[in-house]
Amino acid sequence: MSIFLTRDSRILVQGITGSEGTKHTRRMVASGANIVAGCTPGKGGHSVDGGAGSIPVFSTVAEAVQDTSADVSVVFVPPRFAKAAVLESIDAGVPLCVVITEGIPVHDTASFYQYAVDSASTRIVGPNCPGLISPGQSNAGIIPGDITRPGRIGLVSKSGTLTYQMMYELQDIGFSTAVGIGGDPVIGTTHIDCLAAFQADPDTDAIVMIGEIGGDAEERAAEYITANITKPVVGYVAGFTAPEGKTMGHAGAIVSGSSGTAVAKQKALERAGVKVGRSPSEAARLMRELMAT
Amino acid sequence: MDLMEYQAKQIFAHYDVPGLPGDVAETVEEARAIADRIGGQVVVKAQVKTGGRGKAGGVKLAADAAETAERAGAILGMDIKGHTVHRVLVTQASDIAEEYYFSYLLDRANRSFLAMASVEGGMDIEEVARTKPEALARVPVDAVRGVDEDKAREIVAAAGFPVEVFDEVVDVAMKLWSAFVAEDATLIEVNPLVRTPEGEILALDGKVSLDENADFRHPDHERFADVRDADPLELAAKNKGLNYMKLDGEVGVIGNGAGLVMSTLDVVAYAGEDLDNGSGGSIKPANFLDIGGGASADVMADSLEIILGDPSVRSVFVNVFGGITACDEVANGIVQALEMLKAKGESITKPIVVRLDGNNAADGRRILDEAEHDIVELVDTMDGAARRAAELAAQGV
Repeated sequence: MSIFLTRDSRILVQGITGSEGTKHTRRMVASGANIVAGCTPGKGGHSVDGGAGSIPVFSTVAEAVQDTSADVSVVFVPPRFAKAAVLESIDAGVPLCVVITEGIPVHDTASFYQYAVDSASTRIVGPNCPGLISPGQSNAGIIPGDITRPGRIGLVSKSGTLTYQMMYELQDIGFSTAVGIGGDPVIGTTHIDCLAAFQADPDTDAIVMIGEIGGDAEERAAEYITANITKPVVGYVAGFTAPEGKTMGHAGAIVSGSSGTAVAKQKALERAGVKVGRSPSEAARLMRELMAT
Repeated sequence: MDLMEYQAKQIFAHYDVPGLPGDVAETVEEARAIADRIGGQVVVKAQVKTGGRGKAGGVKLAADAAETAERAGAILGMDIKGHTVHRVLVTQASDIAEEYYFSYLLDRANRSFLAMASVEGGMDIEEVARTKPEALARVPVDAVRGVDEDKAREIVAAAGFPVEVFDEVVDVAMKLWSAFVAEDATLIEVNPLVRTPEGEILALDGKVSLDENADFRHPDHERFADVRDADPLELAAKNKGLNYMKLDGEVGVIGNGAGLVMSTLDVVAYAGEDLDNGSGGSIKPANFLDIGGGASADVMADSLEIILGDPSVRSVFVNVFGGITACDEVANGIVQALEMLKAKGESITKPIVVRLDGNNAADGRRILDEAEHDIVELVDTMDGAARRAAELAAQGV
């Protein structure tokens, strides 16, 4: 098993005819994903070479879903058109919508997130995220398929490269699913959502949680862990040396006054019994020790 | 992007939020002319992005144009908490009967927006929230439905605004919401919103933060960018399209991905904790620089140029994880970047520690080895490379 994404997932790529969309479609196919359709307004009837066969392109998500029964959408649409693309996915009832696009205005994200909540039919992952991978089963997004293998660790992270780093360091143990939830101030799927899913997943034995400065998602995740998670959790938080009031690359990564600091997040996680590493490598080592016992 | 008060007031004015006449001045003469135009008593206010302007002597009353010039002369150039005052706002003075508070902001925790309002305004709202939380109404705003008249009435009622100003505050609340949405703001705050003895409602001071992700639909927001107050290296990096931020240490940092770069800064700081920087402190990272997913020779060259141009940098740490971009491509980027910089006549003497991990890391290391750049040193692990870069920076004292 895995969370959110399985070998049966039927993936639709929104923005498949763009350069990023085409490139990553081929990478997803190469790592075992079942890409059943693409969608680009006005390009219906065309097809895209996915590297292992031709993928039909539809003008609307509704048509794509009707023809191919796609149940996961991966969005590579540029920021200015991203909101419309996500709303289309929600209207078509796609259960999982993974928004890779970076740089979406937060008013647009807040709006499509609320729309998804109201619809009660679509989970959004991202935006500004690398997507998620269930190694050996499927891959929805831009996480490299060849840096790890299937196993029993679940991973949830705000950061893309730290996700890759962690998967690579622990590749001999392997992962059930790794979810990059994104570094924007408003995201569709949180640490807590993933923790809950990993707790329920019989094929996940332990969880790595990677956070970074900004907001209080890690603190709330810590409370959730205390109350609900019995599987062991190893943590890492980036941004201990980040100055106050400066956005560190990710739009959501900012320490405001005394809130959102890495120290506060680390302490909250440790209080919840999470072993927190000082560096990504130390966190990987802690997980390795844990899996050995 | 956080705006200064005069910029926030330009936005208020555009959405018909009631305020007082005023304008911004960069010289004493301009300040005098504005006071002349307004006539009567004015307030001269330092324009800096920090609180506590009043306490620092940056806000003064002036009876007429002559006194305005005097006040402006004293405030311009003043240092307020490390911010030099380059501009003053000269605005008509007002009598105040009551001070209120009103804001809309992004509520990250609830992934929506929040309206906050209080009839106890004029002071630090965080202080009010801490000491008298019941005096601050917090009303969630649905991101799809927004603020219509009913919602505005709900917010104003929750804060307990008096009946004689109720309708006017509702009107202001709706106008502020229009501005909040139309300008893609993440914060719009009026503090204080005042009632004058004559019963008028006025926005006397305000803060606005704009979402830079939305710049593509607001070409006019460029006018708010503050070129003069920016760090010159940050400005140069921005012009090259690099995601760079100047910090106050000695180890230049280049990495791919925001999380990895943040993590790199931490690891460098830990490694430098016990190392002397020669001026009584420890060795620390000198900057944040995220080169993103790809790492072409051009981007690497631009990055190295910016970092090597920082006089406080004594060593450089290039920390790359090959995920989407393979390490051999990154290594070629570094080699070509060094050639490009040499061709431009730059002599590169600061040591560069490189850590490559992930896809094709072995090939990447071989490419760097074969290039035989004597300033480039390869270290296998992120923690080890950080330690080496910090040591080299300490040796460079």
